[in-house]
Amino acid sequence: MPAPIRLRELIRTIRTARTQAEEREMIQKECAAIRSSFREEDNTYRCRNVAKLLYMHMLGYPAHFGQLECLKLIASQKFTDKRIGYLGAMLLLDERQDVHLLMTNCIKNDLNHSTQYVQGLALCTLGCMGSSEMCRDLAGEVEKLLKTSNSYLRKKAALCAVHVIRKVPELMEMFLPATKNLLSEKNHGVLHTSVVLLTEMCERSPDMLSHFRKLVPQLVRILKNLIMSGYSPEHDVSGISDPFLQVRILRLLRILGRSDDDSSEAMNDILAQVATNTETSKNVGNAILYETVLTIMDIKSESGLRVLAINILGRFLLNNDKNIRYVALTSLLKTVQTDHNAVQRHRSTIVDCLKDLDVSIKRRAMELSFALVNGNNIRGMMKELLYFLDSCDPEFKADCASGVFLAAEKYAPSKRWHIDTIMRVLTTSGSYVRDDSVPNLIQLITNSVEMHAYTVQRLYKALLDDISQQPLVQVSSWCIGEYGDLLVSGQCEEEEPIQVTEDEVLDVLEGLLVSNLSTPVTRGYSLTAIMKLSTRFSSVNRIKKVVSIYGSSIDVELQQRAVEYNAMFKKYDHMRPALLERMPIMEKSSSNGPTEMVQTNGETEPSALESKHPPPVTQPTNQANDLLDLLGGNDVGPVIQTSMPTKPPSSGGELLDLLGDLSLTGGPTSAPVSTGPPPQPGFLLDGLSSQNLFNDISAAGIPSMTAYNKNGLKIEFTFERATPNPNIAVITIHASNTTDADMTEFVFQAAVPKTFQLQLLSPSSNVVPALNQGTVTQVIRVLNPQKQQLRMRIKLTYSHKGSAVQDLAEVNNFPPQSWQ
Amino acid sequence: MRFMLLFSRQGKLRLQKWYVPLGDQEKRRLGRELVQTILGRKAKMCSFLEWRDLKVVYKRYASLYFCCAIEEQDNELITLEVIHRYVELLDKYFGSVCELDIIFNFEKAYFILDEFLLGGEAQETSKKSVLKAIEQADQLQEVRAVYLPRPLIPLISQAF
Repeated sequence: MPAPIRLRELIRTIRTARTQAEEREMIQKECAAIRSSFREEDNTYRCRNVAKLLYMHMLGYPAHFGQLECLKLIASQKFTDKRIGYLGAMLLLDERQDVHLLMTNCIKNDLNHSTQYVQGLALCTLGCMGSSEMCRDLAGEVEKLLKTSNSYLRKKAALCAVHVIRKVPELMEMFLPATKNLLSEKNHGVLHTSVVLLTEMCERSPDMLSHFRKLVPQLVRILKNLIMSGYSPEHDVSGISDPFLQVRILRLLRILGRSDDDSSEAMNDILAQVATNTETSKNVGNAILYETVLTIMDIKSESGLRVLAINILGRFLLNNDKNIRYVALTSLLKTVQTDHNAVQRHRSTIVDCLKDLDVSIKRRAMELSFALVNGNNIRGMMKELLYFLDSCDPEFKADCASGVFLAAEKYAPSKRWHIDTIMRVLTTSGSYVRDDSVPNLIQLITNSVEMHAYTVQRLYKALLDDISQQPLVQVSSWCIGEYGDLLVSGQCEEEEPIQVTEDEVLDVLEGLLVSNLSTPVTRGYSLTAIMKLSTRFSSVNRIKKVVSIYGSSIDVELQQRAVEYNAMFKKYDHMRPALLERMPIMEKSSSNGPTEMVQTNGETEPSALESKHPPPVTQPTNQANDLLDLLGGNDVGPVIQTSMPTKPPSSGGELLDLLGDLSLTGGPTSAPVSTGPPPQPGFLLDGLSSQNLFNDISAAGIPSMTAYNKNGLKIEFTFERATPNPNIAVITIHASNTTDADMTEFVFQAAVPKTFQLQLLSPSSNVVPALNQGTVTQVIRVLNPQKQQLRMRIKLTYSHKGSAVQDLAEVNNFPPQSWQ
Repeated sequence: MRFMLLFSRQGKLRLQKWYVPLGDQEKRRLGRELVQTILGRKAKMCSFLEWRDLKVVYKRYASLYFCCAIEEQDNELITLEVIHRYVELLDKYFGSVCELDIIFNFEKAYFILDEFLLGGEAQETSKKSVLKAIEQADQLQEVRAVYLPRPLIPLISQAF
């Protein structure tokens, strides 16, 4: 049997192959030779064969039949064999194969070998690919080697221990004693690997973390020596002494200083020193600065140091090296939440990075820009971001569009600006907008009542230009369906109204239905829009025709809709107007929390506001409807929103304002209302005012006073401050009757000087029962913006024992706290 | 570090060192995809990218790409220095290293890497120490006295 071909020879031969097929042939031939050689249990050439196998494995060919051979090589006495054997093990074996466990014994022996390079091989292999079982078996050996004085082995043992801890965290404890004097080593290799080991232990266990905190002074000293010491040729990299070690120490300091004041203070000086003295002309200096910045931002550093760190990042942003810029943007993104103002100072540089050529930098800059948007800079920032959206790669468009919508929603300076921004996004990147933005946008448009005409006009014009972007088309068709009447009526305040006829609108919508560009969802939207226009337009016959055509559409969804709409024309024509009415305001229940006033009931069901049903007792969400209902079904309309400004109280006793405020805060105020006894309309307020009383006693501490006491009628005033507005005093009157006859038709009226405003709410009842059997309560709200002394004139009228009684009185003895 | 890959401009793998346990198929797939991604990047782009859930650092030296996938908390800039240090070690060892050296002496490249990094972390920060260790380990190799006619192949490796 001729000697197997040498490794280099094989490599050269394979490289001469001109085609993939030729290469495969060569490889197969060689593999066959190697296999038969393995079968012969040839010790001499095993090493060579495995080496060749490893080369072929790297080219992508299967080499599993060499696994056992690697084990045999490892077990061999020859160093060459062991070297290749361990390499083969690391390349061909992994913990998924049962075979790998056979290595354990060999490794154990080699860990105790007389030659340190063999020990090194074993440590290296264990530290690279040791499985949990292997680690468990061999941890003791590693721990022994961690204590050796041989620095060559000690450093390897340290990293091996790191791997063992990662695989089997419970074993961490056993390495603790060995770490005692790791940092007193002079050898940089040992120092570096020790710091890595300490870092791993501190990250995994809070106990270890507290235990190792005492090392901070020592670490600071080592770092200081590295910086201050002169040129050391062995560890020098572009004038900096051992940057790898410096970076590792800085990282360990970060972990130790996090949420610990003392440690953070102990490292303040060295961090400042590193930050100011490190040479920044080469990448290596910047690597150290970067790590320093990360550490400063993470520990409890003093503000001066933090500012220094942010400024370093700011300088990084201007660096020519794009890697540095990238790293700066990443770090700023991490710190923007905590040091928002400091980062804002670099906003213009960050926005410039949007125009960078590199994709990663652009993405970072985009994320950071969105984080920096606030109420003050929204207009400028949005301009830049929209410009970015126009020109960026498709992979960014979805995220950018979502970001723009979010920012616009939070900080829009005006409704018109908001709608314009949405329009811009839809028209330029309409096809990348996320699916959930269509309903969100529709909700937004519905809520901007005064902008309906403007919105539908702009959307219509956009549709005329381009019908390919589905989200845009969907939103537009929905709006046209809803507000088509505004469109044809030619009313638009915000811009020049366009003249469009009903037929033109229907042409556009029908065009969407037949176009190949429209998705089934879009078609559904258009069909529904056309149907809605049947109550808004006069050309009903045309609509009837369209709808009936689609009754036989292949698309099941369209067919169903068309058939149902057809039915609406035929059998249910009387219900059609009600079903296709304007949509009410929709509240976003998920993001706006408990302020849910009107439920969204779906597209064509009647809204809760418009129907008049008797008030159910317990449901808080219907409370608002009940209270409004009490007004005699005023056409309050869909204007009640969380963002509505509070109207100043008028003296006519407008229930709406007070109730609007109270019911919008949800929860507690509506609870007592629902538990009240049978409804007299006024009793609801009774519940409210007794609540005020509670608050008064517990919180405000303004003493009550007797305002009037005559002829058996006693009127007491109790006070409280209305919390949103400290200029408003809430006075509750309690009228009680000590005579033996009821006072009926009791009416309390009050007047205040011109500088005040008064709001009188309904009384609990108009009968003051005799002999103190009950009180009539009524709430007065007084607005006192000039903080003048409160004075009031009251007028009382009632019937007592058959005769009408009327009295006027002045109330001057208000306690100072009620009006100051 | 999770893994390091060396590959040519044509996408041929010259060295792969994995520090995480993955199946062979998985390694091949990941490797192929990452190589394609990096080869697709333009020259002016920065050396860092987020790929899947990994941070990747890469740098091209002549015809070879050196690519490392690092952990979330690792410092990208120092990783560039790690790559550079490895190239310097190869350069010192082979004497003006080129891709051919690594192709024909791939096992040496691995040995050098294993003296510099262990489990993905640097075990020795002194260039001199790493090279000395390799030299001494090479001495231990049982040399087979064979005549090698071709001067192109470095005379260092004669063990097999």
